[in-house]
Amino acid sequence: MTDNSTPLSSRHVIDRLGIVIFALAVAGLFCPFVLFRANRIVAGEARYALDALPGWPGYFLLAAVGTGAVLALLRLDSRLRLAVSFAALAILAVGLGWAVDSVTPAGDKISRTAPALGFWLELLAFGLLAADSVVRLGLKPLSRIALLIAVSVAIATILLSGIWSDLSVLREYANRADVFWREAATHIALALGSLVAAALVGLPLGIAIHPTKRLRAVVTGLLSAVQTIPSIALFGLLIAPLAWLAATVPAAAAIGIAGIGAAPAMLALFLYSLMPVVSNTLAGLDAVPPAANVAARGMGMTDAERLLQVQLPLAFPSILAAIRIVLVQNIGLATVAALIGGGGFGVFVFQGVGQTAMDLVLLGAVPTVALAFASAVILDAAVELVSVKGRT
Amino acid sequence: MIEIEHLSKFFDETCVVDDVSMTIPGGALAVIVGTSGSGKTTLLRMINRLVEPSSGRILIDGKDISAIPPHELRRQIGYAIQGHGLFPHRTVGQNIATVPHLLGWDAAKVSARVEELLDLFQLDAAEFRDRYPSQLSGGQQQRVGVARALAAAPKLLLMDEPFGALDPIIRARAQEDLRQIQQRLGTTIVLVTHDMNEAIHLGDRIAVMDRAKLLQYDTPQEIVIRPATEFVGELLGSGERPFRLLSLQPLRPYIEPGEAPGAALDVDASLRDALEEALWSGRAAVPVRDGAGKTLGRVTLATAIRQAARPQ
Ligand SMILES: Nc1ncnc2c1ncn2[C@@H]1O[C@H](COP(=O)(O)OP(=O)(O)OP(=O)(O)O)[C@@H](O)[C@H]1O
Ligand SMILES: [Mg+2]
Repeated sequence: MTDNSTPLSSRHVIDRLGIVIFALAVAGLFCPFVLFRANRIVAGEARYALDALPGWPGYFLLAAVGTGAVLALLRLDSRLRLAVSFAALAILAVGLGWAVDSVTPAGDKISRTAPALGFWLELLAFGLLAADSVVRLGLKPLSRIALLIAVSVAIATILLSGIWSDLSVLREYANRADVFWREAATHIALALGSLVAAALVGLPLGIAIHPTKRLRAVVTGLLSAVQTIPSIALFGLLIAPLAWLAATVPAAAAIGIAGIGAAPAMLALFLYSLMPVVSNTLAGLDAVPPAANVAARGMGMTDAERLLQVQLPLAFPSILAAIRIVLVQNIGLATVAALIGGGGFGVFVFQGVGQTAMDLVLLGAVPTVALAFASAVILDAAVELVSVKGRT
Repeated sequence: MIEIEHLSKFFDETCVVDDVSMTIPGGALAVIVGTSGSGKTTLLRMINRLVEPSSGRILIDGKDISAIPPHELRRQIGYAIQGHGLFPHRTVGQNIATVPHLLGWDAAKVSARVEELLDLFQLDAAEFRDRYPSQLSGGQQQRVGVARALAAAPKLLLMDEPFGALDPIIRARAQEDLRQIQQRLGTTIVLVTHDMNEAIHLGDRIAVMDRAKLLQYDTPQEIVIRPATEFVGELLGSGERPFRLLSLQPLRPYIEPGEAPGAALDVDASLRDALEEALWSGRAAVPVRDGAGKTLGRVTLATAIRQAARPQ
């Protein structure tokens, strides 16, 4: 039998998720920290932290990660755990920069050094610890946004400081900085543009079909059918009709509509976005208390007044939740647009896949994930902010 | 004045209000009583066109309401919905200000009115004005709902079980306040309840409904003395009828000269109060005084008992 009576039995001291974090972090210590390649194409050579960081920095990194892993194992105050995770991540970030620096021969511009499995495991471990601590802290929406800003500033500082400038991904970036920012702008334009279009169409559409059962069934049925088409198929399906449109209607071609490029990408994203916007508009309107509707009519509001003053404000959190879903979804989906010449971060991903250049894939994927993550945090906070007040 | 003429309402095949006719004089307080599902709310909602009648018509001050655009009609009529129906996303102050806003009152006037109403319903303006309905107790929500109905000082007020969630003490005070508001402003009120006590206490006229039909529409005295059907009698509670009758009779006409021992009753009390006081304190007569405390005479137990008997 186990002894539950002692107050310091392991279950009181050990954090359950901490075991996973500890295991990941310790496993990471036994894996290579960076991967060195003399040029973009040759196979890489793994370097362990102690090789890459000779002398005290290597030992310091190992000691810091080890300490962090042990602290993660313990049931500590969430604020302390968050501090531990941030400290570990900061040390890893600087450690990575130094390691890359030290394995890259002086003056060399063609070698490529990338983080290896060991670094990724540590990143996963302490990222997990940070996320878990933030959740447990139960931060208020505005504090979460403040934290997001602080983390973004920290990452920007690292990027601008140059300690990562020899990192393979950033070398890829340095080679195509102009293109990167152009594709970034395209990516955001695709994701936001389709969202705005979906909101402008979906909201009135949802409001219009809300009172009529039959219309609702037809429209939602149609839109969910669109949702089930795989994204690549939908992008592909739109090429033919848009190409036809561009060929037959000169005006369409003049405003940039073509079978391939941004137009079909925008249209596909728009179609995907319509369903969440319409269905959340309907759900939000359905959730308006019947008594509030009757009271609004009973006091002499016209249908328009009731819509603007009662129904939409009460449905707003649900509609905002749809905006959040759509934005995060579109930031991810916009990557696929590159396949049909629509541009965006997908350009790097697919180029990278084609050239089996992992660094290039990362150059497209990491900003996409960061953008989606930041939008999710900001809009989640916004949804919470508008939902808290005045809810029963 | 509200004239309801042969009003019926069918939902699908079921008749929910069946050929109801009644006239509510201007400035009167009419109470609709009846069991749950008897059609009270439906009847009330036809007066502000929230429900359109299947047949029959309603005239307000001689005008057929079917000719008035619904939202304009409703802005003239106060409506306290069953179970408050406050807007959850608006503060107490904003809720009360709904109709004044729709009518385009200026901000200062609205604000003053909100304060006045909160005051009237014993809700501290500083404390409650900026709260959301979810931050109120059930009774407070209901009072805000009634205050909202009164906001634009309507000449006609429809109230659907406005005091259901109040405790007896606050309910009595709210009923008293409603009476006073009504008398001071000359408001015509139609109030729905299933509490016969409330109906007798408040009503100038009582309409008794059962299964879609209007069984009797009369003064409280007539209803108590001559219930039209067995069901109306049942609703009154046969054991309570003498006391209900007494509660409808003020003391003043029954004061006789003479002395009586013990604490005096106020002249505004009813014969029922006199009976209770006399029985409980074991006195044969109770002294009566006016508002200033001057003794006017006495009311005897014998008088109260005689007046409790059904008039022939
Ligand atoms: N919109 C509607 N559609 C169909 N039936 C309805 C509708 N509104 C009310 N009814 C039915 O009409 C009948 C009378 O309803 P009503 O709300 O007028 O009763 P009530 O006397 O106010 O009852 P309560 O005291 O419970 O509030 C009930 O049987 C109810 O189910
Ligand atoms: Mg009712």
